Amino acid sequence: MNRALIPLLAFIVLVVFLAIGLTKDPRKLPSPFIGKAAPTFNLPLLHQPDKTFSPEYMQGKAWILNVWASWCVSCRAEHQVLNDLVQNNKVNLIGLNYKDEVVDARRWLSQLGDPYQLSISDIEGLTGIDWGVYGVPETFVIDKKGIVRLKHTGPVTRKDIKEKIIPLLKQLEKES
Amino acid sequence: MIPELGHFALILALVLAIVQSVLPLVGASKGISSWVALAKPIARIQLFFMLVAFAALTHAFIVHDFSVLYVASNSNTQLPLMFRISAVWGAHEGSLLFWALTLSLWTGAVTVFSKSIPKDMLARVVSVLGMVSVGFLLFMLLTSNPFDRLAMAPAEGRDLNPLLQDFGLAIHPPMLYMGYVGFSVAFAFAIAAMLGGKLDAAWARWSRPWTAVAWIFLTLGISLGSWWAYYELGWGGWWFWDPVENASFLPWLVGTALMHSLAVTEKRGTFKAWTVLLAIFAFSLSLLGTFLVRSGVLTSVHAFATDPGRGVFILIFLVIVIGGSLLLYAWRAPSIRSSVSFNLFSRETALLFNNVILVVVAASVLLGTLYPLLLDALGVGKISVGPPYFNSVFVPLTIPLAMLIGVGAMMRWKQDKPERLLKALGPSLVISVVAGLLLPLIADEYHFGAAIGLMLSIWITLSTLQGLRLRLVNKGYSLESLATVPRSFYGMSIAHIGVAVFIVGITLTTIYSEEKDVRMEPGENFVMKGYNFEFKGAESEQGPNYVAQTGHLTVSKDGQHIASLNPEKRIYLVQKMPMTEAAIDAGFTRDLFVALGEPRGEGGAWSVRLYVKPFIRWIWLGTIIMGIGGLLAATDRRYRLAKKLKSSGKSEVSA
Repeated sequence: MNRALIPLLAFIVLVVFLAIGLTKDPRKLPSPFIGKAAPTFNLPLLHQPDKTFSPEYMQGKAWILNVWASWCVSCRAEHQVLNDLVQNNKVNLIGLNYKDEVVDARRWLSQLGDPYQLSISDIEGLTGIDWGVYGVPETFVIDKKGIVRLKHTGPVTRKDIKEKIIPLLKQLEKES
Repeated sequence: MIPELGHFALILALVLAIVQSVLPLVGASKGISSWVALAKPIARIQLFFMLVAFAALTHAFIVHDFSVLYVASNSNTQLPLMFRISAVWGAHEGSLLFWALTLSLWTGAVTVFSKSIPKDMLARVVSVLGMVSVGFLLFMLLTSNPFDRLAMAPAEGRDLNPLLQDFGLAIHPPMLYMGYVGFSVAFAFAIAAMLGGKLDAAWARWSRPWTAVAWIFLTLGISLGSWWAYYELGWGGWWFWDPVENASFLPWLVGTALMHSLAVTEKRGTFKAWTVLLAIFAFSLSLLGTFLVRSGVLTSVHAFATDPGRGVFILIFLVIVIGGSLLLYAWRAPSIRSSVSFNLFSRETALLFNNVILVVVAASVLLGTLYPLLLDALGVGKISVGPPYFNSVFVPLTIPLAMLIGVGAMMRWKQDKPERLLKALGPSLVISVVAGLLLPLIADEYHFGAAIGLMLSIWITLSTLQGLRLRLVNKGYSLESLATVPRSFYGMSIAHIGVAVFIVGITLTTIYSEEKDVRMEPGENFVMKGYNFEFKGAESEQGPNYVAQTGHLTVSKDGQHIASLNPEKRIYLVQKMPMTEAAIDAGFTRDLFVALGEPRGEGGAWSVRLYVKPFIRWIWLGTIIMGIGGLLAATDRRYRLAKKLKSSGKSEVSA
């Protein structure tokens, strides 16, 4: 084969991927977990590493899991939105600190404000893989029975909160 | 009326660009000299209409014409004049207009500085640039017209994104675009040379100064972006491996490889096909960057205008431009023969090594940037790629590159002797290793990483200086000998020393930075790295389109006053967006950086973030030195000489 064709062929492969990428909205990934039980885990708390947290503790409550990291620029943009969310609404927001350094994560929270009821740290990122975390930030809404009901990829905006998350939480509160 | 004039000028510019991309090209291949002669005037008239369109949009911003949708979305009556002007390229539609204008400016510049270039070649170059321009103008007019009107003009605009209301970010995009688009010239030369069937050393010589100038803009543009992120995002970082940052870094890496490979092609007539390929890649990556930023296939804070419909258009455009170029390459490259041979131990090999590393780095960065997208397309989207990946790939790859910088520049073409180099560089090697190992002892803590970084920097500096010294020795060490060394050699040496300065900056900043988050009450002191930070309190202030909380701190060392720092926390009124304005006392060997957090409890206490960042300025200083080196190389006498000589075999300059 003509060696000079290699760059062209490589480019065609790239174009195919880009074209597939275009048909998908990176902010709205279908999660295979929607409608299924939230993957379980048992991870140390960010502020008290000797204690752990597991999704079972939230049975009977509708809650939000927000995955973030201090190295993630988009999370910064999102953080103020989350601060406002917990200030203006009664919600159970749990933070999952993903592939991060504990020191950096704590500093981030003390600097930018801590909207989370609890923060857990997933230093290795293994739980993130179980949850199908694709890129931080990501946000999940889990119902009272521990079923994942919503997955949001990318920063949550005020509009998402008003139009998607709050209505869903209200609906979940009514469910038994 | 004026916005319609701008819109009309854009349409005219498109029509002219179509003519520009067809007639000179056909003229050159059919030998119709009157069509070939059209290249210059058409390109210049096209530039004129682009300027009219740009001026029309700028005018709409200055006079607050909110009947124009783009102005209403990105301006406000309270917005200061400087930012009303920078808002012209602050969002999607306007930045495209700026892109297209920049392309026309480069084309215009090519028609001015082209005296040494044969008319046929120039005609082809101008046509290729015209084709790119057609693509961008069509894109703008069909999907992103900046002159779209609103039926009902709002009384007030939605204001510019507060992140962009900053001097650094006002000038960062223009610099970056000048660089991105500048690679279109080298690209056009490569395509024109392939179309004309003459891939000799001449096209490399013509491309070299253009590539160098584009590279300077890109270097400074990226550097400005990093500087902006440092003082504006308020958390002391200077590079985040964000997809959009990578999009600008990729063309830089390949562009750097291109500059070096052009040198081999020009001087030795070898690497021809490879150089053509790099020229195509450098510009393709600029276009790909535009695609990634504009199409929304990747999530990023920078991606301010994402729209899949636009993405489809850009993808088709990419296929035509890049696919077409690579097809042409596949057709022409087999006929390119490099007749010159070189020995394994030679400058050619060193530069080949440089090229391979830079391209591998670029490929790894590209892979990391596209990885989420690739996995998603394959249906296994489970992985996120963050700085950990990039750092662990980037650092080990660049260390051998840094080791070779000075040596490669010193090696002789064709064949060199290891003994000669060892003799010339032995002492430098010993000094670098010893000094690198000893210097971190001065710091409060010894880090082996710092020793390696310093070793590399000293090694680059000493070997570069030694290379310069040997040049002078050969010429007899007199004052005149200083002038006989070509300016481009000085340029190269200075740029390489810029790399050394840059490495000192990143190494020492990364290793020795210290940062603390503290709760401070008015009157409270905090000592870090010998600096005493005293918090005096915070108060409210009113800005033109924001309200701010301003903190007041004084810094002293050993009782000596050093600086008064006033970090701010602003709320922009229109978009209700909070922004942190850090206060920085910049210094040659350290920056003191203070950012205001949140108010903490009664008594005026605040959480304050304090940083001492040693040598961080050296990062940007290094890039400025690289830019100066590039400028010297681009303005070398032989390029100017070549222009005077008119094109002929005589312009072959030996060096």
